[in-house]
Amino acid sequence: MKRLLKGGRVVDPVNGRDGIFDVLIDGDRISAVGTNLTADGAEVINIPAGLVVVPGLIDMHVHLREPGQEHKETVATGVASAVAGGFTAVACMPNTKPVNDNAGVTKLILQKAAEANLARVYPIGAVSRGQKGEELADIAELKEAGCVAVTDDGLPVATAILARRALEYTSMFNMPVIEHCEDQTLKGDGVAHEGPVAASLGLRGIPGVAEAITAGRDILLAEMTGGHIHIAHMSAWTTIEAVRQGKSRGVKVTCEVCPHHFTLTDDLLAAPVAYDTNTKMNPPLREARDRDAMIAGIVDGTVDVISTDHAPHHYDEKNVEFDRAPFGIVGLETAVPITLDKLVHTGLITLSRMVELMSVNPAKILNVPGGSLSPGAPADITILALELLVTVDKAKLVSKSKNTPFHGWSFKGGVAATIVGGRTVYSNPAAGMQ
Amino acid sequence: MLTTLRHKHLLGIADLSPDEIVLVLDTAEAMKEVGQRTIKKVPTLRGRTVINLFFEPSTRTRTSFEIAEKRLSADTLNVAIASSSVVKGETLVDTAMNLEAMAPSMIVLRHASSGACHLLSRICKASIVNAGDGMHEHPTQALLDAFTIRERKGRLGGLKVAIVGDLLHSRVLRSNVLLLTKLGADVWVCAPATLIPPGLKQMGVTVTTRVDEAVAGADVIMMLRIQLERMQGAFFPSQREYFSTFGMTEARVARAKPDVIIMHPGPINRGVEIASEVADGPHSVILDQVANGVAVRMAVLYLLAGEPQNNAAAD
Amino acid sequence: MPVVMDAERISRALTRIAHEILEHNRGLSNLALVGVRSRGVPIAHRLAHDILQITKEEVVVGALDITLYRDDLMGASVGLAPLVRKTEIPFSIDGRTIVLVDDVLYTGRTTRAALDALTDFGRPKSIQLVVLVDRGHRELPIKADYVGKNVPTSRQESVQVHLRELDGVDEVLLQGKQ
Repeated sequence: MKRLLKGGRVVDPVNGRDGIFDVLIDGDRISAVGTNLTADGAEVINIPAGLVVVPGLIDMHVHLREPGQEHKETVATGVASAVAGGFTAVACMPNTKPVNDNAGVTKLILQKAAEANLARVYPIGAVSRGQKGEELADIAELKEAGCVAVTDDGLPVATAILARRALEYTSMFNMPVIEHCEDQTLKGDGVAHEGPVAASLGLRGIPGVAEAITAGRDILLAEMTGGHIHIAHMSAWTTIEAVRQGKSRGVKVTCEVCPHHFTLTDDLLAAPVAYDTNTKMNPPLREARDRDAMIAGIVDGTVDVISTDHAPHHYDEKNVEFDRAPFGIVGLETAVPITLDKLVHTGLITLSRMVELMSVNPAKILNVPGGSLSPGAPADITILALELLVTVDKAKLVSKSKNTPFHGWSFKGGVAATIVGGRTVYSNPAAGMQ
Repeated sequence: MLTTLRHKHLLGIADLSPDEIVLVLDTAEAMKEVGQRTIKKVPTLRGRTVINLFFEPSTRTRTSFEIAEKRLSADTLNVAIASSSVVKGETLVDTAMNLEAMAPSMIVLRHASSGACHLLSRICKASIVNAGDGMHEHPTQALLDAFTIRERKGRLGGLKVAIVGDLLHSRVLRSNVLLLTKLGADVWVCAPATLIPPGLKQMGVTVTTRVDEAVAGADVIMMLRIQLERMQGAFFPSQREYFSTFGMTEARVARAKPDVIIMHPGPINRGVEIASEVADGPHSVILDQVANGVAVRMAVLYLLAGEPQNNAAAD
Repeated sequence: MPVVMDAERISRALTRIAHEILEHNRGLSNLALVGVRSRGVPIAHRLAHDILQITKEEVVVGALDITLYRDDLMGASVGLAPLVRKTEIPFSIDGRTIVLVDDVLYTGRTTRAALDALTDFGRPKSIQLVVLVDRGHRELPIKADYVGKNVPTSRQESVQVHLRELDGVDEVLLQGKQ
């Protein structure tokens, strides 16, 4: 079965393409990209003006909650949310119940993903058994079962010695250690960024330095061991500064930023709705200086990846006092509109850079297929609708959970269609796709 | 001239304008007169139900509210819930919705979580009165403090007010800073560096760690309670060292104006934040604060109680 | 807007009422004037002044705020509660003859509230009522003992009393239908 995406703008930085091209799909693979392609018997899909064909987007930081917290999300609802958000693949965090620290859990997740058959799912294993921070999990076994990285996300790798061992051990398998940077003693029982807003709301603070200290530790350890450290969901200007310095010394350090951290500040905790628990996430929304540092890092190339840290929580869990609410927001379905609106349409970055941040680099860091439209590559394709006006309505989110701070916000730019393995798994009628 | 509040709830001093604060204080003067009568009761809130919903133990604030409610003839109901039992059972939202079904006019809420009153105000029809939420605000305490200062000094604007104690965890501090700066007082705050929240300076106060500097020439010294139960985190080495460096002694009071008043929201830790000679001394207005608390709370309850249906009585 | 009473008529009416109070009570023993806030208070002081002129004797004057006794504080919408001011009765009312003073008598509800308020201060021997204007339309069984002027009105009209002490001018106006 052949399909021909005809006459659309194609942005494929790996192959140096940004122009009008046809994309020929043969089965589950890209067959050719060129001008005036024809193929007998191919289903021809004309790409309207304003839509852009890019390599499938990959979100390397999501929480699918299965097994154990299926009331928040399941693998099936999570991948449905992913494809609705334009992602052809997601990497899921191991802080499930039980923790993904063994091949059994990894295989269960992969089996659920195969049943759902929408986005590709790349499990990430735990660094430590039970994420307890004491001894290494069976990382070789996790790799064998299909894990693409390890992390104790939700928590930092507990001690410097464990982080050192993890970096040394994973270097044998060419896997990154993904770090949730947060000094636990400085975080204490903090629930919001430590600063004037938290002070006036009477919320216990988490200083930005709590993140940078762990990042600094891990960058030094990566330098010492030669391992690959990936700094997850950066929020503080001091963290990005530490990464910038590490990169300048040639350390194998990569990093990611979430849309909320390059868009929002902690002012949102006070107004328009004071103590809205959908503004509570970890790391917390920080100050303008931090937010601006994230944008600067995205623009100057320090930042490798935009990920969502999609963290679904049930309505009941969020409908409580601020300090009792769990950290986290959903992000899969808002990432593309926010990035197009706030970064691309503002001229801060090109579409090509956006594709690097959301497809090329995640594929490279996780050593997974994708990131380009090269012939022979999997036919994982996202079609973006640059001019589409998207108004976020939490009730219409595909995700099982609705905990977004962006309810009611409008963005210019959205997703027209998502193609995984040559199969259209999501199409948006509002964007002119059939 | 302002005669009413622009809010349905009293969530914090942050929401009040200076003229609203003055209205509460003026109304409290009339309420104080009621408390001086033989029959200390007026029929104003007859038929209204006020629920005092306390998730933290409190004798002073709860009894003060209860007396205020009774003096206004409201029907009062005290619901005290240990925070620990909430963890296991009903959520705050469920508790509030159950009470709401009994159609109270007002809910007076004390809760350990900052913002708990905001949460209830979004789900309840009743007016919510904040009786202390976490480390956020304690607006009626600040109002009664302001009332007491105004009663003694005749004004708030231009006074030097020194606030000394645990600035980090104190809701009393936040409400007082907001109120006093709105009414033009010169507010100095003083604590060990470990108990000063970042961002306090942005609230328009002078921050210092030197208590002598804070109290020099002060018209008002306001002490904040050192919550001994919170001090496990080693914010300072010992109570003895705290008292010697920050405790309010007669020698330190002598640096203030001769007619300085000493305030404390209570309960007092004698020999920790304040010497007994100062707490019980001639400058102390600590018991006036307690007495004025009832009048101020009557004023708040009255002003939140609602609008006249018609002006038939205005003949 | 028709002027129902001017300064001259107000002054004469109050002097007449002062004489009536003295006649009716056969002297001043144990008498006190209590003005209902706001405009009853200056009227009470003027009556005290007139009585002083006539008898060369002082009569005590108090001020009563009846806001907290009003029967119309209903509903729970954003507060439009009327301003409360201080009640100042610096003498015991037990066993005294209290002459309650108000500007306008209309439905009688203010007087009812004032009677409730007064009885919370003690047990007067008797309570009498002075009003500058009685405009009719009573809703309660209340009658003034001393009236400056009866002014027939419709319910749509409003009576406005202005006094020198509060408004800079002495006059009673009848505002027409709106």
